[in-house]
Amino acid sequence: MAGSEPEGVGRRKFLKEAAAGAAGMAGAAGAAGAAESAPARHDHDHDHQVVPDDIALRVRALESILVEKEMIDPADLDAVVDAYENRIGPRNGAQIVARAWTDPEYRARLLADGTAAIGEFGFLGAQGEHMVVVENTAEIHNLVVCTLCSCYPWPTLGLPPVWYKSAPYRARAVIEPRAVLREFGVDLPDDVEVRVWDSTAEIRYLVLPERPAGTEGLTEEQLAELVTRDSMIGVARVAAPRESAQ
Amino acid sequence: MTGIRNSTHDAIHDMGGMDGMGPIEPEPNEPVFHETWEGRVFALRRVLVPWGLGGNWGSFRFAQERVPAADYLRFSYYERWFTALVDLLRANGVVTDAELASGGVDPEAPRPERRERPPQAPLGFGLLDLDLPARFGVGDAVRARHASPPGHVRLPRYTQGKCGTVVRDNGVYALQDTDERGQQLGDFPQHVYTVRFASRELWGDRGSERDAIYVEMWEDYLEPA
Repeated sequence: MAGSEPEGVGRRKFLKEAAAGAAGMAGAAGAAGAAESAPARHDHDHDHQVVPDDIALRVRALESILVEKEMIDPADLDAVVDAYENRIGPRNGAQIVARAWTDPEYRARLLADGTAAIGEFGFLGAQGEHMVVVENTAEIHNLVVCTLCSCYPWPTLGLPPVWYKSAPYRARAVIEPRAVLREFGVDLPDDVEVRVWDSTAEIRYLVLPERPAGTEGLTEEQLAELVTRDSMIGVARVAAPRESAQ
Repeated sequence: MTGIRNSTHDAIHDMGGMDGMGPIEPEPNEPVFHETWEGRVFALRRVLVPWGLGGNWGSFRFAQERVPAADYLRFSYYERWFTALVDLLRANGVVTDAELASGGVDPEAPRPERRERPPQAPLGFGLLDLDLPARFGVGDAVRARHASPPGHVRLPRYTQGKCGTVVRDNGVYALQDTDERGQQLGDFPQHVYTVRFASRELWGDRGSERDAIYVEMWEDYLEPA
């Protein structure tokens, strides 16, 4: 399992169709590059100014080169983008949270062995291979950060928001978590203990937020609707239905 | 055994506890990717894994950490990823500067070979089913070592020299540290611990009496306190 990325995008067939598609893309990128400043092929000395400044064109040029070298298949890229835009996101984590709120045995399993309990939903995989779940209570508030890069539990929360990856959050969360939380609207009393989890290795964290009061009559599905991404990072509380409707 | 060497490579990415980074600016209803190219860059790393590129997180992170500090702070996340990917591809001879400039393939350029993992680190990434003795146990007092190696290291500067308590043994993992060229040093499988650092131990008076920061530490990063 070491090094595996089990999301079914590693198709390793380089078919004629892919090559044909690649040629089309390479042509398009070449044309774009030519329009910018330089012919698509040249053999004179040059500096890097001929690289289009527009990063979209540079990315497209790189993709077309790798396709033409038969290293990658654009359909595999499409599949990765589609997975993270449409399937792998915080709705996954919300299901975990709602189950933990409604099933005490599941909650116990989740807190004892996050990887196994999240695996019951199938929400493991790249950047979520080894999961630890930390529970927010009236006495303890947990907050997750990655100060060195932007580690984040992709299978349960999807890709991180820009603010999570930003220098201000990464720099401040460990030294002044209470100030950071206040900016997100969470004002903690002094007697609540703040635990900041800096994801420096291969363990990824999911916060189990507190279940809001007044939700006793809701179904698991209705509860999942209340759970936000930010509450599972630890920078927000889950609002009761009346509050969240405002 | 240890991958830690004395040198100076403390780059801007290691920013836990720094001041002056500005406000945190959440974006309501943020899309997964703001531009199409961001998704392509994200996916490119993934599909290059079978070519020994991008799947080695230490090497990929090191390529980002080598982005000059001013650019690192100015670039968006996916600009940094793209810069790192191009750096890796060039360093591994997969693409040439001329190809990147022209957008076309040089028929004379060598074709890379598929390889899942770097030969010097065959164990890869993830929890290993290896039964190795643990140097530390839950409850042990430990100190994070000083380390400024020339390559990638997962030991935040703000913990170095500070004392904490082991609260969890997460099992055995390969070390992901790299040399100064971004090559993984080797597997060096060892226990990874979660260490609790009291806020005041790390930050003095700016810390809080009640709060704590929890950090994962490879065994090589720790010494008894």
